[in-house]
Order: sequence, then C-alpha cells, then structure tokens
Amino acid sequence: MRQELTLRGNQAVLARANPLAKFTAVTLITMVLALSIDWVSASVALAFELALLPLAGLTLGLLWQRGWPLILAAALGGWSTTILAPDSGQILLDARIWSISEGSLELGLGFMLRGLAIALPAVLLMSCTDPTDLADALAQKARLPHRFVLGTLAALRLVGLMAEEWQTIGMARHARGVGSHGNPLQRLRATLGQSFGLLVQAVRRASRLAVTMEARGFGNARRTWARASVFTGLDAWVVLGGLLIAGTAVASALAAGTWNMVFLSQQ
Amino acid sequence: MPAHSTSAGAGVRPASITARGWGWRHAGRSRPAISGLDLDIRAGERVLLLGPSGAGKSTLLHALAGVLGDGSAGDIGTVSGAGPAAGGTAEDADETGSLLIDGVPPRAGRGRAGLMQQDPETQVVLSRLGDDVAFGAENLSVPPAEIWPRVAEALDDVGLGRLPLDHPTSALSGGQKQRLALAGILAMRPGLILLDEPTANLDPAGVLDVRDAVGRTLDKTGATLVVVEHRVSVWKDLVDRIVVLQPGSATDSAVLIDGPPDQVLAQARDMLTAAGVWVPGYVPATRARAGQPAGPGGAGTAGQLLLAAEDLAVSRERPRRAGLRGGFRPVPPEPVQSGIAAQVRAGEALTITGPNGSGKSTFALTLAGLLAPVSGTVSATYDLSAGAGIDPYRWKAQQLISRIGTVFQEPEHQFVTGRVLDELMFGPKHLGRGGDRVDELLERLRLTELVDANPYTLSGGEKRRLSVATVLAAHPQVLVLDEPTFGQDANTWAELASFLSELLDSGTAVVSVTHDAEFSDVLGGTRLSLRAPEQQTPHGVEMRRREPGRVAP
Repeated sequence: MRQELTLRGNQAVLARANPLAKFTAVTLITMVLALSIDWVSASVALAFELALLPLAGLTLGLLWQRGWPLILAAALGGWSTTILAPDSGQILLDARIWSISEGSLELGLGFMLRGLAIALPAVLLMSCTDPTDLADALAQKARLPHRFVLGTLAALRLVGLMAEEWQTIGMARHARGVGSHGNPLQRLRATLGQSFGLLVQAVRRASRLAVTMEARGFGNARRTWARASVFTGLDAWVVLGGLLIAGTAVASALAAGTWNMVFLSQQ
Repeated sequence: MPAHSTSAGAGVRPASITARGWGWRHAGRSRPAISGLDLDIRAGERVLLLGPSGAGKSTLLHALAGVLGDGSAGDIGTVSGAGPAAGGTAEDADETGSLLIDGVPPRAGRGRAGLMQQDPETQVVLSRLGDDVAFGAENLSVPPAEIWPRVAEALDDVGLGRLPLDHPTSALSGGQKQRLALAGILAMRPGLILLDEPTANLDPAGVLDVRDAVGRTLDKTGATLVVVEHRVSVWKDLVDRIVVLQPGSATDSAVLIDGPPDQVLAQARDMLTAAGVWVPGYVPATRARAGQPAGPGGAGTAGQLLLAAEDLAVSRERPRRAGLRGGFRPVPPEPVQSGIAAQVRAGEALTITGPNGSGKSTFALTLAGLLAPVSGTVSATYDLSAGAGIDPYRWKAQQLISRIGTVFQEPEHQFVTGRVLDELMFGPKHLGRGGDRVDELLERLRLTELVDANPYTLSGGEKRRLSVATVLAAHPQVLVLDEPTFGQDANTWAELASFLSELLDSGTAVVSVTHDAEFSDVLGGTRLSLRAPEQQTPHGVEMRRREPGRVAP
C-alpha cells in the first residue's frame, strides 16, 4: 500500500499531465454521467475510458487489481437494480418477489455501466497521478489553502503506516490470547479493542508528525514551492479529451433517445 | 571545513541560548515539567543533556524548537486516562521566566532551530526523498532556485546523496530516515540543531551512521548542538559539554551538574548510573546463569527440544490470490529470509541477530506461531504441544499463550485492558486458571505499587516490565522477545537481563531478537545471525554455539 503512493516507473503520457487538468476532465465526465441513467451514454463513455487505459499506463490486469472493489460494487448494484426495480415490458424471469423484466434489465444494465463509467476515471486518475503532484497543483493552481492540502498529504502517508500497524497490533493481541475466535460478539469486541489500540497509536504518531512539521516551519502563511506546478499543451488536450468524451456520451444518448435526466423524469 | 564553506558555512549563523528562571507546565498538569532553569549555551557549543526521566529534557528541546505553543503540541505523552478535561487543573499551559535564542523567543525565530525526534517514521513528512528535504526550506520561503542546490548538498552531507531524488521515503531503513530528517533540518540552515533521543530506535550500524552524519555537518556549519540521549558513549566524543538536569522545584535549580564531559562523568558517575544513564564503560551488574543447563544437578527437563524450524522461509505478507488467469490460486509472497534452521530447547537461550531488513522479527514471529511460514516448517515437540498439534500457527489463541509467549517491541501494542492488575490477570482468566503466578510476577518485576494504574500512563521502563509480566502470567514454556532492550535505561536493562537469566535457569526457553551484544552475553546459549537480503549466501544464515562442549544443532 505504501509503495502505491508513489508512481515511480509510470512513464505513460497521462502521468506527465498536470493533475488539475486530469481532475477537471474526470469531473466533466462524472458530472454528465451522474445526470442520466441510460446505457447508451454510459457505454459510450466506458468505451472511451477503456481505450484510454494505455495512456495512463494501465492494463486490464492492473485495472482489476486496483479497482476490483469498485467494479464488483458496480456489478452488484446493477444486479440488485435488475431484480428489484419495478417491472415494465416483457417479464423474462419470475421468482416470486425477484423478477426480471425488459425494463428492469435495461435499468439494471444502465446502472451497472454507469457505475463502471463513473468509477473508471477515478481509478485512471489515481494510477497516473502522484499524490504529491496533486497536492502541488491543488495548492498552487487551484489556490486551495496550502496548510490544509499539505496536512492532508502528510496524513495520507500515515494511512499506509497504519495499515502495517494494524497487522502488528493484531498479532500482538493474538499473542495475548485475543483473536479471531469465539462468537460474533467476542469477535466484535476483539476488533473494537484492536481499533482502539490503533487509534491510540495513530493519535501519537499524528501528534509527533505535527511537531516534526511545525519544527520545519510549517504553518506560516506564506511559503515557496520547490516544485512548480505548470500547465503545458498536453493539459489542454486532456481537458479537451474530457469534454469530447462527455459531449459524445450525451449526444449519442440523445440521438438514441435514451437520455433520461435523473432529476426531471418520473418513470 | 574550508573545502565546503562556500555555501553552507556562509548560510549558517550559530545560535546562542539563554534561559533565566525558565519553567513550563503543560496544559492539564498540576506540576511543571521543568522549572527554575538557568542556562547559557554559547554559539557553536555542543551540549549533551542528561538526567532522569521526568527532568524535562524533551520539554526544553520542544521549547527551543518553538513547538511548545499552546500546550497541545508538546503534550505528546498523554492520549488516554487524562480524566475530566475541564477539571480544576486542566487549564492552559503556563510559562515562567525567559528562554531566548539569540535574544529572541524561539517561536519568533522560526527556522533558527531544527528538531529531530526519536521515532523515525514520524520524522518523514513526504513520500519522495527530495521533496521531504525541500519541505522545511519551502516553509521558510527560500526562493525555489536556491532550494534544490540546498537539497543536494544536505543529502550529500548526511550520506544519502547517491539515492535518486524521487526515491520513496518508505523504502528507507530507520537509520536512513533519521539521516533524511537531518538533511531536512540542514536544508533550513538552522543555527541550532536539537536532537531528542535520535538513535534510540536504531540498530548499532544506524546509530553510528546518524552520529557521524551529525558530527560531519556540525564541523562544516559550526551550528550549536543540544542532544538528549541515554547512551553517553555514542555522543561523548562529539560534545564539549554535559549538562545534567534534575526534576526542578521552586527552590532547587533545574541544572544539577554542568561541565566538560570527562569532568561531569567522573563527578556524577554514581548519580548517573543510579538514574539509569548509560555511562561509558559501565555494564550494569546482572545475575549470572547458574552453570550449564545440562550440567550435573540441572533440572530434569533442561535441554529438551521444544520447537524446531526447518528450511524455513518467512514473510509478513499473506499469500495473494492470483487473478482470473491464475485461477485464483494462492500466490506465496516473496520471503524476506529463507533456509532458516533453528532449535529451541528448554532452559536455553536462542539469540537472533542480523542487520535491518534481514527478517529477524519476521522469523521470530513465525517461530512463535503468529505468522504462517512461506515454506518450510515450524514444529512443536510433544513436550511443548501437549496434544495441541505439531504446527503452532494452527493453535488457538488460548493454546498458544500457555505454550509460547511473545513480547512485542512496542509494549503498548499488547495492552488489552485499562488497569495493570487486569492486564496481568487477563491471560490466566482466559485459560480458566487462578492468578497464582501474578503476585509473584508483580513482586519480582516491581509492579506492586502500580496495580491500579492505567498501563498507557506508565513510564517506558515500567511498560516494558509489564509487557513481559503479562505474557509470563500465562505460564508459557517458550518466551519470544522482539528487541526487549531497545531504548531502555540501564536499570531496566539490568533487571530484565537478570530476570530472564533466572527464567532460563528454571527451565523456560528464551528466544530473543536483539542487537544488544551485552544482553545476549548475559543469556548465553545459541546465536543465530541472519544476513541482509543482498549479501545472502544460499542460506543466508549462520549459526554459532557459544557454549563449549555441545554439538551445534
């Protein structure tokens, strides 16, 4: 987990773009997809995004490794929508309260594709963006308060540390006779105890880190930046690409007549 | 140093310190952490601060670093058990007298002092090497064009210049992290360098690397140094003055003794050793082992084989599941060490040594049944398992603690209750036994006075003693300890070594991971040295018996 926070070795084109440009493009796509539940706009966007994988230095295998919880969640969401949504059109399968109809299948499929199409850009962004560079861009270009941005960045490093500490505390408590055994209530109590142990360590670490940062002059209203966050021609293309994907998705859905504004329509 | 003085020497103006009747009380405490301090440190002086715990050494360093502002930043030690926050004494922090750097309060002169603390993990701020060094300079608004030359120079000075600037900081060892922290401080060009037990968490090689890096940079920049450290021998030749603090009061001065190192050490030797300070050339007296375990008159079970590791490969990672194409088969992780063979025998010590990253702790945890082997086996003989099965990793928690007890490096990781007595009774209660051994342990490890205290509020030495006692309360036949003497003062060290030697004589097997040669000398037995991964021979393991007359296992 801690290794994934840096992106050494990713030489892909998108890794060189300014994080803020990538962030803008992702936001554009996500916003458009959030507007409508229909399978056309979602699948058009998804097709574009899959085509962009190599530009971000990703392969399908890597994508699965990093994004499987999101992919699984999208599939699950689609399935439950399919069986639970109000039926319309021809009934395809009927098992008492669970039924699949043409209408609910379409809705479920749209839901799943939309979930994927929204999740994928986030995975793409994170796998070709170094958190430090993102923080630089947010503070220097988007003018977010640097104390907040850098504080968050430093805390993010501690999260990886905490994941290791969780494992150690688990073993340390197991060596005391507390562990993954007994009834669910006992297990819950063991987990709560372990969480408390982690919390204590997290607070200690965080306050020591805060002292370290303050002792290095952090907290002044003004600071300089050793790494200047700059926009290049590439970034224009990245934003334009985002616009193109979002626009094409809407246009094809409108053309196919499936555009379906979530907030306006009553099915 | 004339060769380098072009940039660094020009940028650094050594700082002087003046304290007059200075004192500080942390918010929420009734007694001041330090009071009545009168001290003058000239620009360019190098001072070692000594004193018993509670003398306010860390508080002074934090104040000089300008991080003792609102009373919350310096108040690191308390997380739980603080009681009602709005009680009578829980008011704001309180400062008396004056403490000045170059005639200015420390908070006003941001960047004049740089502070390094004990825990290497929290001395790193950012995830890339170069960025981390640049962090302080950026905060001081150094022009960007000037920052990168400073970064390169600082990394060179601490001996990390060969690593690329985008090297991940998480991949550094503890000693390297501390040197990185020093580089981050140097890039700020401070006139005062403050080190708060900078080497307490490091292995011997790391300790010397950090000490030498500090020495080199002081020679080059001429900055003032104030260092707090228990191990005097490490810093003695580098400093030109030792100041011994005592818990001050309204009438007594906080400074007990002050002078050149040799003079202070001669003058205060007894007082310092009594306070647990590691004075050079002093090895605390410990109980000697009672002869060879298998010698005449030895206990009947002495030397009995309890636990054996064969061709063992270890890792902290769990097996991953291969992806779709791999058919979701488990993929074993890359071992940190392999080909380990070792035997654990009743009444005998096994000491595991080796450099950082050689998998010492991982091996010990695997031997203790807490981690699954990557390959090879750990097997318990019937004498130990008593019917629980051959593989300790498959034992239930209850079965494990009554057979193999493991003491972790950080005592707090093992605290499971809010009271010292409950902590000790926890094991026996879960095993359905009475606390017959608890009173004895309380007595023997001097915890009787503390039975009602919250474990988290104990001192470092008390926490260590408690963590050993809690594990032993379950009566394990094998005791595994991970760096038990790390960061301990000489008194706790001696108590621990004596206690373990007693334990060995009574037939318990003691396995310890340690860098501490004196400690393993007291325990005797077998030494297993693991090698660093890059210099591994086919087996990367070397085993040596230090007792004559017995065949190496």
